[in-house]
Amino acid sequence: MPTIVVEVMPKSELLDPAGKAVTGALTRLGKSEFSAVRIGKRFELTVDGAVTEAILAEAQQLADDMLSNSVIEDVVRVYVLEKTVLESAPA
Amino acid sequence: MNALVDSVATAEATPEKEQPYAALGLKADEYQSIRDILGRRPTSGELAMYSVMWSEHCSYKSSKVWLRQFGEKVSPEMTKNLMVGMGENAGVVDIGEGWAVTFKIESHNHPSYIEPFQGAATGVGGIVRDIISMGARPVAVMDALRFGAIDHPDTARVLPGVVSGISFYANCLGLPNIGGETWFDPIYQANPLVNALAVGVLRHEDLHLANAKGAGNKVVLFGARTGGDGIGGASILASDTFSAGGPTKRPAVQVGDPFAEKVLIECCLELFAGDLVKGIQDLGAAGISCATSELASNGDGGMQVSLDEVLLRDPTLTAEEILMSESQERMMAIVEPDKLEGFLAVTRKWDVETSVLGEVTETGRLIITWHGETIVDVDPRTVAVDGPVYNRPLSYPTWMDALNADSAEKFLRPSDGATLREQLLTLIGSANLADKSWVTSQYDRYVMGNTALSYPDDAGMIRVDEESGLGVALATDANGRYAYLDPYVGAQLALAEAYRNVAVTGATPVAVSDCLNFGSPENPEVMWQFSRAVEGLADGCLELGIPVTGGNVSFYNQTGDVPIHPTPVVAVMGVIDDVGRRVPSGWQDSGDNLYLLGSTHLELDGSAWAGVIHGHLGGKPPKPHLTREHDLAELLSAAAHEGLLNAAHDLSDGGLATAVVDASLRFGIGARIWLDELLERDQIDPLTALFSESGARVIVAVPREEDVKFLRLCEGRNYPVARIGVTDRGADGAGADLEVQDLFTISLKELRTASRATMVEHFGAVVGYAADLSGSGIHRAPGGGRISE
Repeated sequence: MPTIVVEVMPKSELLDPAGKAVTGALTRLGKSEFSAVRIGKRFELTVDGAVTEAILAEAQQLADDMLSNSVIEDVVRVYVLEKTVLESAPA
Repeated sequence: MNALVDSVATAEATPEKEQPYAALGLKADEYQSIRDILGRRPTSGELAMYSVMWSEHCSYKSSKVWLRQFGEKVSPEMTKNLMVGMGENAGVVDIGEGWAVTFKIESHNHPSYIEPFQGAATGVGGIVRDIISMGARPVAVMDALRFGAIDHPDTARVLPGVVSGISFYANCLGLPNIGGETWFDPIYQANPLVNALAVGVLRHEDLHLANAKGAGNKVVLFGARTGGDGIGGASILASDTFSAGGPTKRPAVQVGDPFAEKVLIECCLELFAGDLVKGIQDLGAAGISCATSELASNGDGGMQVSLDEVLLRDPTLTAEEILMSESQERMMAIVEPDKLEGFLAVTRKWDVETSVLGEVTETGRLIITWHGETIVDVDPRTVAVDGPVYNRPLSYPTWMDALNADSAEKFLRPSDGATLREQLLTLIGSANLADKSWVTSQYDRYVMGNTALSYPDDAGMIRVDEESGLGVALATDANGRYAYLDPYVGAQLALAEAYRNVAVTGATPVAVSDCLNFGSPENPEVMWQFSRAVEGLADGCLELGIPVTGGNVSFYNQTGDVPIHPTPVVAVMGVIDDVGRRVPSGWQDSGDNLYLLGSTHLELDGSAWAGVIHGHLGGKPPKPHLTREHDLAELLSAAAHEGLLNAAHDLSDGGLATAVVDASLRFGIGARIWLDELLERDQIDPLTALFSESGARVIVAVPREEDVKFLRLCEGRNYPVARIGVTDRGADGAGADLEVQDLFTISLKELRTASRATMVEHFGAVVGYAADLSGSGIHRAPGGGRISE
C-alpha cells in the first residue's frame, strides 16, 4: 500500500533544544565534523488504494493544520513514498 | 564604510532617510523626540533599541504616573523589612534568621495565546531568571491563569497547551508548583491571562543587583546563544537594511530550553558564591537592548560593547536583530577584570557558553559597535529610564452607573432545602469553582522536599530553613468580575483575599507583588479602570501595612474590541516561623467545632451565585474591610501559634457553602452545619448565609479541648465569631455527609463527583480519579486533551 510521507522541521530561526542536545553530545564524543543538528518529525500516512491528487491535497492540508504547529514549525515536504523504496529493505 | 551597516556616520550623512518607526510601534512624536535626543536621525540599531525600550511593555509609559503611588503610600512599618523595593528585577524581603526571600509575578499573556505551550513555558523561564538575577535560588513557582469559556473549542487548544507548557518547563527545572488559580470567562476568549510567579531564597549577603559599576569592568554575556527568537518586529528593520531579497519575517515566539535554564541557575549560584559577579541582569523582553541600557543606566552610565562578540545560533542575524532577539536562557554579568578568569572557569565547568562583549566606561554613553562601525551611541538613560511618560486621558465609563444599579438583589432567594441543595451542586460544578486537579496534578508539587502546603490549600507554603522550619506562604488572587463592577474595590478585594489566604495558613502576610492585566490604555475608560485599581491597591497596602515589592503591567488585553475585565492579580507573601505549625484548609477529624469568623451581609452582586445561577453581573461588589482583615490575620496567627486550630479555610467565591464543601472534600471528613444563630445575629436569609461573598471571613475547626481558649481569644480581640457546626466523619463504612440542618444533606461522594466532573468532561481524564467517577457518565470530550506541542 502506498505511503504518504510528511516531513516537519522546527522553524530554522527558533531554538531546537533537542537538536542542540545532540549537537552537544556529538561534540563530547569527538565528532567535531558535525557542527549542528536539528531534529524534525516524519509522518508516514498509509493509504488504502491509489494516491489520488485529492488524497495528496488532503494530506498536505492535514500536514499544515494538524501534524505541524505553523507558529513554530514548517512542513518541509509532503510526498508519496515509492513502493520500490519500501521493498528494497535488505533481504 | 561597510555598506550593509547603518552606522552613526551613515546616519549623520543621510539625515533624511525614511525610517519605519511606525511599524516598530513608535508614534511620530516619539520618533521626533529620539531625533531631538540624538541631534540626528537614529541608526536602525538605535531605532530598534528605542522602539522596544519605549514600548508599553518595557517603559511603563502609560502606567508610570499611577504606579508611583506604590512608592509614595508607604509607612515606615512597610519598608522595615524591605531589602530591595520596586524597580529592580524583583523585590527582596528580609524574613529573619539571615534569610531573605524574593518573589515576583509577571504576565506572558499574548505569547501564550499565539503558542500556548512555548508561551507559557517561556513565561515560567522568564520569571525564574528574574529571581536568579537577584542572587537567589528559585524554590517554587505558581501560576494565575484565566481562559475563555470552558466549553469554547479554542479553550481546548489554549488550556492544555498552557498547562503542559508550565508543567514541562517547571518540572524539568525541578521546581514545585505550589498553587495559583484557574478561571474561565468568555471575556478572556481571545486573550487568556498567563501570570507566572516565582519565589527564591537567599542569605542576606548574597544579594545582587542589576547595575554596571566600575570603569574597566567586563560586560559578559552567558547562557544560550542568540538566535532569531521573538523578533517579529525587527525584521522590518532588517528588510529595510537589505533592500533586496531580505530575510522573511521572523517568528514572534520564543522556544524555551528548561535544561539550559537549570544549568544556568546552578552556574549563577556558583558565580555568586565565588563572589565573581559585580552586577547581573537577565535577558527577557528586548534582550541585549534592555540588558545593556538598564545595566549602564543603573551603574556609572557608560558601556562599550561589540556585537561581533555575541555568540550566534544563526550567523545571518543582522545587528538590529541581535539587539532585539528574545532568545531565552541568557544572562548578562558585570565582572571585574581580575575575576574574569575565575568567572570563565565556572561557566566552562557548567558548559555554559560565555563571551565578553565589552566593558564599563565613564563616558556616560552606551556605545555598540558591529563590523568595525559604531552603530549605537546613546545616553543609556534616554533608552532605559527617561522614556516617554503619558498622562493618558481617563473617563468614567458611560455604562458604569447603569451596571452598578443592576443589583443581583432582584433575584428570588429561595429558602427551601431542595432548591438550595441543587444550587450548591450547580455552583461547585461550575467552571470557576470546580476541582482544578486536572491542572495541578500535571505539576510537580513536592519536588525539592520543602513543600508544606500546595493546591487545594488556600496558599502554597515552602520551608526555607530546614533546621528551624522557617518558611513562606504565597497566594495569588483576583476577581475580574468584582474589578469590573468597581476597579478600586475589586483590587482591594483581590488584595484582601490573597492576604487572607496567606493568613489562614498561620503565616503573617508581609509583602505584595502584582500583575495588572487591563485592556488598551488608549481607551480612556480602561485607563480609568487602571487608575482606580492602582489607587485601590496602593491604599489597601497602606492600610494593611504591607509593601508592593514589584510586579508588572500588561495592557492591550482584549477579545476583539472588548477589553478584558480589569484583572489585578495580587500575590501576597507571608512568613511563618515554623512550617510545622501550619494550619491546613481541610478538616481532619470528627468532633471539631466549626466557627465562622466575621459577619455575613447581603452581598451577592458579582458573586459566583449571581454568575452561575443567574448569568448575571451587575451591582456593587462586597465592601472591603481591610482593618478587619488585618485583625483577622493577627487572630489567626495567634491561634495557630497556640495550636488552637485543626483547620482554617478562607471564604471567598461561592461563600460559606463552597468553603465547607472544600474543607470537607480535602480529607473526606463531613460536618453538621446549623445556620440559625448566624441568620439571627446577621439578620440574613439562608441563601445569603450560604452564598454571600462578604469579606474578612474564615471558617475554622477547633478541637473541643481548645474551645474555651479559642473563644477567649476572639472575645479579647472583639472579632465576631459564631459556632456553626461540628465535623463528622460519618458512621463506619457509610461515608461522610455534609448536612445543613433543616435544609439539606449531601453525601461527600456526590459533592466530590460534582466538583471533579467538570474539568474531566471538558479536557479529559485526571490520573487517579477514574474510580471516583465511574458510573457518573463522564466521557472524554472530542477535541479535549493536549493539542499544542
